[in-house]
Amino acid sequence: MKIVADSPPVLTALDRPNSYIGRAVPRPNLHRLTQGRGQYVSDVNLPRMAHVAFLRTPHAHARIVSIDTGAAKKSPGVIAVVTGAELAKVMTPWVGVLTHLKGLKSAQQYPIAVDRACWQGEAVCAVVAKSRAQAEDACELIDIAYEELPPVVDVELALDGQTPVIHAELGDNLCFERKLDVGEVDKALAGADAVVETTFMFGRHTGVTNEPRSIVADWNEGDRRLTVYQGTQAPHMMQNLFAKHLDLAEHQVRVLTKDVGGSFGIKVHCYADEMATVALAKLLKRPVKFVADRIESFVTDIHARDHRIKAKIGVTRDGTITAFEIDDLTGIGPYSVYPRTSGIEANQVVNLVGGPYTCPNYRAQTRVVFQNKNVMCQYRAVGHPIAVAVTEGLVELAAARIGMDPLELRRRNLFPDDGYPAQSASGLKFEQLSHHEALAHLDGMMNYAGLRAEQAELRKKGIYRGIGFASFIEVTNPSAAFYGVGGAKITSQDGATVKLDPQGTLTLQSGVTEQGQGTESVLAQVVATSFGISMDKVRIVLGDTDATPYGGGTWASRAAGIGGEAAWQAGKALRDNVLAVAGAMLQAKPEALDIRDGIVVDKANGAERLPLTELARVAYFRPDTLPPGFQAELVATRHYVPRGWPFAFTNGIQASYLEVDTDTGFVKLLRHWCVEDCGTIINPQLVNEQIRGGVVQGIGAALFEQCLYDERGQMMNGNMADYLVPMAGEMPDIDCGHVVSPTADSELGAKGAGEAGTAGAPACIMNAINDALRPLGAQPLTDMPFTPGKILRALGKV
Amino acid sequence: MAELIMDITLTVNGEPVSERVEARKTLVDFVRDDLGLTGSHVGCEHGVCGACTMRVDGEIVRGCLMLAVQCDGATVETIEGLSDQGEVADLQAAFEQRNALQCGFCTPGMVTAAQAILLQAKASGTVPSREEIREHISGNYCRCTGYHAIVDAVETVAKARAGAKA
Repeated sequence: MKIVADSPPVLTALDRPNSYIGRAVPRPNLHRLTQGRGQYVSDVNLPRMAHVAFLRTPHAHARIVSIDTGAAKKSPGVIAVVTGAELAKVMTPWVGVLTHLKGLKSAQQYPIAVDRACWQGEAVCAVVAKSRAQAEDACELIDIAYEELPPVVDVELALDGQTPVIHAELGDNLCFERKLDVGEVDKALAGADAVVETTFMFGRHTGVTNEPRSIVADWNEGDRRLTVYQGTQAPHMMQNLFAKHLDLAEHQVRVLTKDVGGSFGIKVHCYADEMATVALAKLLKRPVKFVADRIESFVTDIHARDHRIKAKIGVTRDGTITAFEIDDLTGIGPYSVYPRTSGIEANQVVNLVGGPYTCPNYRAQTRVVFQNKNVMCQYRAVGHPIAVAVTEGLVELAAARIGMDPLELRRRNLFPDDGYPAQSASGLKFEQLSHHEALAHLDGMMNYAGLRAEQAELRKKGIYRGIGFASFIEVTNPSAAFYGVGGAKITSQDGATVKLDPQGTLTLQSGVTEQGQGTESVLAQVVATSFGISMDKVRIVLGDTDATPYGGGTWASRAAGIGGEAAWQAGKALRDNVLAVAGAMLQAKPEALDIRDGIVVDKANGAERLPLTELARVAYFRPDTLPPGFQAELVATRHYVPRGWPFAFTNGIQASYLEVDTDTGFVKLLRHWCVEDCGTIINPQLVNEQIRGGVVQGIGAALFEQCLYDERGQMMNGNMADYLVPMAGEMPDIDCGHVVSPTADSELGAKGAGEAGTAGAPACIMNAINDALRPLGAQPLTDMPFTPGKILRALGKV
Repeated sequence: MAELIMDITLTVNGEPVSERVEARKTLVDFVRDDLGLTGSHVGCEHGVCGACTMRVDGEIVRGCLMLAVQCDGATVETIEGLSDQGEVADLQAAFEQRNALQCGFCTPGMVTAAQAILLQAKASGTVPSREEIREHISGNYCRCTGYHAIVDAVETVAKARAGAKA
């Protein structure tokens, strides 16, 4: 039995039998979930708990003239009916801006609309009752007089000077803009043999977490403490916001997050109705529960994407990409979302376009505008699916134009694997990527040559199959550069506290959270390995601001890379502490000892010296037998934040093989491949399942998902029968492959893996559809989602 | 209001239950709120997501599309009951081994739905193909996994139950 060295250059499980790094061990916390014995917030039930239902405006933009709550207050079971003006006395409003997104502006937002409602679905009044059903009954009795205002719906018109300004105090409907001009774009385009220009459209879509947003807030007037059970990705961020807007100290607020039924970025934001629920609990001095129903989810969970991008690429006949140029326009609803803002996605698009390629000439513009639709903000893979689709869409259109194989065009332009560190035209810094190795691996894995031959054969029979690719980079492990420098209290560091229990087992408390990614397993694997104990003797505690070190939570693919490193370091520190105790007990030098599989051994030969059960017994119950003056320290805490690089970029490439039915416009997905490089792989099964789930989310965006609004700002398909999500019947099997380039920023070397699938899949599907239809002379499809109707129109059949 | 309240008697996970319920209350709200069986989840409340899938008189149903009062005299089985009697223990183990769940919110419904196709296969002496498994669970929404791992887990159990070599 051998344990890993203190600072392993590269960790692999193969030569370390006692290591869990790189092993596909099952997650230790699954039994309760498969048995239906998890505890989601929607399952929480407290004594005296009341339920809130919100009356929501049916108008996209309206002045609230009057609210008559008289009849509602008399409805059975009703405890309180509270308007926005009344709740504004309990909780202060907020503005979603970050100082590093220069010029970004937004308006004050209240927990419940005061005077004016700015999107269909915004809450305008709350009813608290003994049951949710009674609260909804009473909502129907509230009489509100509205004066409808003209809604701003079309982003193309939002800045034309004729369209009304949503927030007069802001002067115009522009939330944020950014311009970038690097190298010599005009000259590079003029010098190209071919310039391809097109407009990409990305449908507004949303996360559709299976468990809707849920919160139970409990104000204890005696303790002067607020306890909030919330399905959130960032408990400490929410603790700060609840305290700030209720004028409490942070230690008066405890946020508890147990099981979370899907998040994907949906549950990392501050929602007005959740803030209102917390304020109502304080006002009423009792627990109040809010669980969004599915209709509410569609009109209030953040939406994302919804970008219109005019884009250009220049390429020479020999396959050198000479320039990229984009002009992006996006509408983000009436408010920039607090506290992460709604400027990040557009900013990411500008940063990421052209990212895998050496091309030095790049011009970009983005404008983010206000409109009277539901708010938009960060959703899984923020900006990546857009930037990758634009870049990879252009690359494959350019390849077709010059008659070059799309993989060959990539080979000639991807950053070389031996050329790092490197920097993209937009200024992104890459420590070590592996585009070429990933591409070569994918080429072999999918039998590309064989598929091309099959494709050609089938075309002769009138069967149209397509192969599409997407190379990509992904931002993971964000440093303070993401939010902290902009003034948001969203920490980029994370902590881990590990303690030796009296029976010789470990308990680890961490500031990162679990929403199903396998965080608990990753942390248990890491700390078990660095300390030297079997995983079944490790208990993980997450999601409790009273019990865990201050941390950022789980988003931007940071849990394994940042939380994992903190746990790794904490495990090492506790091992040193424990070996000091062992040294005292055994009269041995601590540095000559090690811990392997829960037993203190001689480092040199592995001879067993002392089980941890005995060491813990002595340290806790017979410390009198230890040498005078010796104090055992059986808890260790370590923190970690990336310092060497602002972000740990990962990379990869995906491919899709599909068949288009040219009579119906239906797309049948035959197979999907993804090769990615997330650095050190802690648990390959978890990485693969993150990839697969992410790919399918990206396929949803490419083929099915869109929040459809009419010209009055009404969402027309806000239910799961009309808003289509990927179901098992239409999805392909997905093959995963890996290249491993660890980051040297941490000992563990892990980068994030949570968003790569979603980043690349839409581009792949788009390119494969266009590849399938190219011999038919169809106009390339660039307007997601690619519905059968759009495909038939491209074929000229309708 | 009297006609809006009804008394019902039924069997839930093998236990006799007599309760007074509102006529408008759905079966899933009844088992969750009145019986404290929170393993059946509420995802969409309009019969699309399948998170509330449970068994009534041996057939899988959507707990959100059935009223509690319709179950007067019925035998209801939820994930808690299926777990405790061990009927789906192999499926649960396969889901855990294959990481065929992430957030776990769809899992009770998914396991209950998967058990139905496995029972059908047993009755007909067949082993369902991956395509048949995909088709059968296509009424159960999972946002996390992309379904591949779920299909793997169900396929593994289907083969194991049929005595075929995995």
